Amino acid sequence: MTVSFDGRVAREGWALQADGLDIDEGVTAVIGANGAGKTTLGRAVAGLDRLQAGRLVIAGSVADDPAAGVFVPAHRRRVGMVFQDHRLFGHLRVIDNAAFGLRRAGANRTDARRQAAALLERVGVDSSAWSRRPAALSGGQRQRVAVARALAPQPDVLIVDEPLASVDSAGRTRLRSLLAESPARHVILITHDPVDVATLAHTVVVLDDGTVVSRGSTAAVAAAPGCEWAGRFLGANVVAGQARGTEVATEGGLVLTVAEEAAGPVYVTFGAQAVTLHRDRPAGSARNAWQAEVQRVDIDGERARIHLTGPLEVRADVTRRSADELRLHPGLGVWASLKATELSVVT
Amino acid sequence: MSASTGVGAGRMPAAVTWVGFAALGLLVLPVVGLLQRAPWSALPSILGESEVLEALRVSLIVSLAATAVCLVLGLPLALVLARRRLRFPRMARAVVMLPMVLPPVVAGTALLFALGRRGLVGQWLEAWFGVSLPFTVAGAVVAAAFVALPFFVVTVEAALRQAGDDLDEAAATLGAGAWATLVHVTLPTIRPALAAGTALAWARALGEFGATLTFAGNFPGRTRTLPLETYLALERNPEAAVAISLVLMAVALAVLITLRDRWMPR
Repeated sequence: MTVSFDGRVAREGWALQADGLDIDEGVTAVIGANGAGKTTLGRAVAGLDRLQAGRLVIAGSVADDPAAGVFVPAHRRRVGMVFQDHRLFGHLRVIDNAAFGLRRAGANRTDARRQAAALLERVGVDSSAWSRRPAALSGGQRQRVAVARALAPQPDVLIVDEPLASVDSAGRTRLRSLLAESPARHVILITHDPVDVATLAHTVVVLDDGTVVSRGSTAAVAAAPGCEWAGRFLGANVVAGQARGTEVATEGGLVLTVAEEAAGPVYVTFGAQAVTLHRDRPAGSARNAWQAEVQRVDIDGERARIHLTGPLEVRADVTRRSADELRLHPGLGVWASLKATELSVVT
Repeated sequence: MSASTGVGAGRMPAAVTWVGFAALGLLVLPVVGLLQRAPWSALPSILGESEVLEALRVSLIVSLAATAVCLVLGLPLALVLARRRLRFPRMARAVVMLPMVLPPVVAGTALLFALGRRGLVGQWLEAWFGVSLPFTVAGAVVAAAFVALPFFVVTVEAALRQAGDDLDEAAATLGAGAWATLVHVTLPTIRPALAAGTALAWARALGEFGATLTFAGNFPGRTRTLPLETYLALERNPEAAVAISLVLMAVALAVLITLRDRWMPR
C-alpha cells in the first residue's frame, strides 16, 4: 500500500510541487525549514487542501485528481491527523473527544467510549482526566488526547504535525513508542526534531521551498540532504544513553559529560560541526574525548563530512582543509572531542 | 468606574468626567421617571385587565414566533456570511445590518410595498396561495422578525468567525461529514453566542412598535402587542401605560443580566 502524491497545491503566492512522491508503509518523516510546505503536504493528503493539478492516490484509489473531477472529501479518506495546535473539541469531555471518530463511524456511545478509554490509557492519559474538558488539561495531556482521538477510527494513514513539540519529557518516550507501533499503516511525521527522525522514521522526505529535494532511507538522505537546512538538521548526531546528573552513559560504553542535569533514559544530540577531530589525544578542557576510526569521508565543496565508528557512531563536519591536514582517510584512528556545552539532552 | 488605579486614570480634563456622568444621568433619568410614577399597589389589577392580558398574549406569540423565524433563517445566513467566500461581502453585511439602523416605520412601509397585497411579492402570495400578510398575526411576526434578525445574525456570525474552521477541519479528518460537523462541532462550539443572539432577537422582537404598526396594524387580539397597548393606554389610562412599561423594562433588564458576561466587559 502506498500514498502517491504527484501534483501541485497552490497557496497564496506560493505552491507545493511534488512529482512522483511515493510514501511507503511505515513511518515517513517529512522535514524542512519553516514554510517549506510540510504542513501543506499533510493537509493535501488529508483532504483539507485540494490539488490544483496532478493526482493523489491513497492505497490504490484516487483521492484527488482535478483533471478527472475527482475529489474524495476528508471525511471519506481514512486519513487521520494530529494537528500541531491539537484542535480538541472544547465542548466535549476528554473521553468523548477520543470517541468522536468512532461515533461518526456508527459506534454507539458505550462501545465508542470503551474503545476510547483503552486508547487514552495507551497514550498515558490518566482516567481522572477523562471526564474533564480539554481546557482543563496541560499542553502535554492535550497532545496525547489528540493522538488518541486520531488513532481511534483506525485510519490507514496518520499524519502527525510536530508531534512532540508540546509534550513533557515523560510523555515523549511513550508517544514515540506509540507512533513507532502505530496501527496506522502509514505514519507521516512532520517534524523539527532530529530525535524523531533518528528513532522513528524509516524514510525521510526533505522539502525545500515547495519542492521535494531529497528522499529515501535516513542514511541515504543524510548523505544527500538536498538543501542546506536538511544538511544541518540531518547532520545532527543522536546518541541514546542513561543519564545520571550531568553524566550520560552511552550504549557504546562511553560516558559523556553534559551541561544539564537529567536522570533516566535520554538522547544526547549535537551537530556534526560540534565534533572536533585530532591526530593525538587532545589536551585541555574537552572532557568528552574518545578514540574513533574514520569509516568514510564525504567531500562536498569546502566541507568534509567524516563518518566515525567506535564507541559512538557519529558524523563530524570539518573544513576540507583540515581534513587534508589531518590526512583523514577510511581506517585511520583519530581522537574525537566534544564540548559539554554543545550537547543537548532530550528526555 | 474607578477600577483603574494607574496614573493614567487621572489624566483627563475634568469637563470630560462631568459630561460623562451627566450622560449616564440622562440614561438613568427615564427609568427613575417610570419608577416614581409606578402604581405599585394597583399593579396586579392593572396587569390583570383583559386588554393588557390580550396584548401580552399577542406579544408572546408574535415575539416567540419571530424569534423562531430568526433562528431558522438567521443561522444559515450567519453561516453563509462567516464561511462562504462572497463576491460582495461588505455589501452583504451592510444589507444584514440595515434593519438595525432603519427607522422601524420605514421598515414597515418597505414591507408593505414588498409583501403587501399589491406589493412586489405580496401580489403573488395572494394570487397563488391566497395568503395576505398585512394586518395579520403572521404579518406582525414578519415585521418583528425583520427588525430582530440582524441582532441574531451579527452575534452568531461574530462567534463563527472567532471560532474559525479549525475544529471543522479536525472533525472532517475524524470522518464527520458536513451535517455531522455542523451539528456535533460547529453549533455546540458557538452555543453561548446562539443563546445570546436568541435572547437579543427576542428582546428586540418583543419591543417592536413602528414596523408592526405600519405593516400589521393595530387589531386587538391579533396584532396589538404590548408596545402598541402601551402607546394607546397613554391617552386612556396613563397608569396602565406605566405598568406595561415596567413589565417590558423588567424583561429587557433580565435579558441584559443574562448576557452580562458577554456584553458587559468587567
